[in-house]
Amino acid sequence: MAQTLRKSGESRAPVTGTAIAVRKKRSLILDIYSTAVGKKYVMAISGIAMMGFVFFHMLGNLKMYLGAAELDHYAEFLRSLLYPLAPKGAVLWILRGGLVAMLALHLHAAWSLTVLNRQARPVKYQSPRDYEVANFASRTMRYSGMTVLSFLIWHLLDLTFGVVNTVGTDSSFVREEVYANVVRSLDRWPVSVFYILANLLLGMHLRHGAWSIFQSLGWNNPRFNAWRWTFATGFALVVVIGNISFPIAVLAGIVKI
Amino acid sequence: MKHLTNLKLKVWRQDGPDATGNFETHIVESVSDEASFLEMLDQLNERLIGENKDAVVFDHDCREGICGTCSLMINGRAHGPQRATTTCQLHMRTFSSGDEIIIEPWRSAAFPIIKDLMVDRSSFDRIVESGGFITAPTGGAPDANLIPVPKPVADAAMDSAACIGCGACVAACPNGAANLFTGAKIAHLNVLPQGQAERYKRAEAMVNSMDDQFGSCTNHGECSAACPKEISLDVIALMNSDFRKSKSKNRKALSRG
Repeated sequence: MAQTLRKSGESRAPVTGTAIAVRKKRSLILDIYSTAVGKKYVMAISGIAMMGFVFFHMLGNLKMYLGAAELDHYAEFLRSLLYPLAPKGAVLWILRGGLVAMLALHLHAAWSLTVLNRQARPVKYQSPRDYEVANFASRTMRYSGMTVLSFLIWHLLDLTFGVVNTVGTDSSFVREEVYANVVRSLDRWPVSVFYILANLLLGMHLRHGAWSIFQSLGWNNPRFNAWRWTFATGFALVVVIGNISFPIAVLAGIVKI
Repeated sequence: MKHLTNLKLKVWRQDGPDATGNFETHIVESVSDEASFLEMLDQLNERLIGENKDAVVFDHDCREGICGTCSLMINGRAHGPQRATTTCQLHMRTFSSGDEIIIEPWRSAAFPIIKDLMVDRSSFDRIVESGGFITAPTGGAPDANLIPVPKPVADAAMDSAACIGCGACVAACPNGAANLFTGAKIAHLNVLPQGQAERYKRAEAMVNSMDDQFGSCTNHGECSAACPKEISLDVIALMNSDFRKSKSKNRKALSRG
């Protein structure tokens, strides 16, 4: 590594052996977020928050197998979390706000890291790469993520706002009738196909993401390192199998109005 | 001793850092299967020089697999198809007669091409300059048993210290990240007692230096698979963990001053 190559007039980067002697004026959080490693912490932490959401979302929705009354009652429980201590819907809106913030952070960190990575290799390899261990999931995180995001938007329009769920007999959408809405929506096979496809991609995204959390946050311990992939695979499988069972159950007529 | 015949080499030729390069095809009529990959290129160069043409420029030094000078992206893999092997230790018996072999330089914004297959890796030197050392008074060497080091710790430090700084990790990384190199240099000192005094200063300074020049980690694992010294991804986790702690510890240290 002896040879150096500098254009004339260009100064070498400063030798920063005394890093702690230079105190940055930025706040700690911004200081950390300004680095690529810090953005990965944010990816990991926002990922954990959203993993918590998808897990409990799947778990709660399993109640549809117990019938309309049970599922609608569960939805009412979400709206009245901590009621009467807090007003109805307040806690739900706080959770929703947190999730939107986490999603925004996840997207911003992903975007800026992607830009950084493109800049790090302005001239690509001119011959085909022969990857050894990078798998389809890890190399398509951006695309699986964008597909899941577009599904999320559709999903909200479909079952929360009801603007694309007008196939019901009365063609009117009542948000509280969660069970009926789900069945009416998933009875349309293209919706179910999109639902299944998006969840398969979500599973891929989750498997690589759930493993990456440990690396990004530096949670590495020889005692549990072997379990990190087991956890990631298991988590992705549980979420995907649970979620995909819903459209299949509706199409198969197991869950019906 | 067998001979390989009729090898079709596609070699990247580029006059300088800002020139546009292209692949040039050369046929190697016959080469011993005991020749190293670099010896095969030597033979090609001797022929080119005999024909009064420019020799192919590539990096090499010790040819024993320990100096980290040789590079080359061979058929889409850093250091060629054999695991845990530098290009100089790769032998032609790995290939077969009639093979097409595509040779490209490392590609990274931080590794500008000097000529043909030779790149400038001084960006690695800048990372090491920023903290990859211990500040110790020089003089007579202290007794070897003056600082007790547990055997597994010494082994772990040695595994990281095996890094030869060849740049295969950056070359193999789909993002052009230098996390494995920087992680190895940090882990090498940060697990040893001698490295503790400057542990967090080192982590912060070296990660900052890396950040200025390279892409970011997305946990593909290509770096470790390409590494001729098989350095584990664990060093990246240690770096991420120490960098996180450094942000608060270094600020705390400063506030005492």
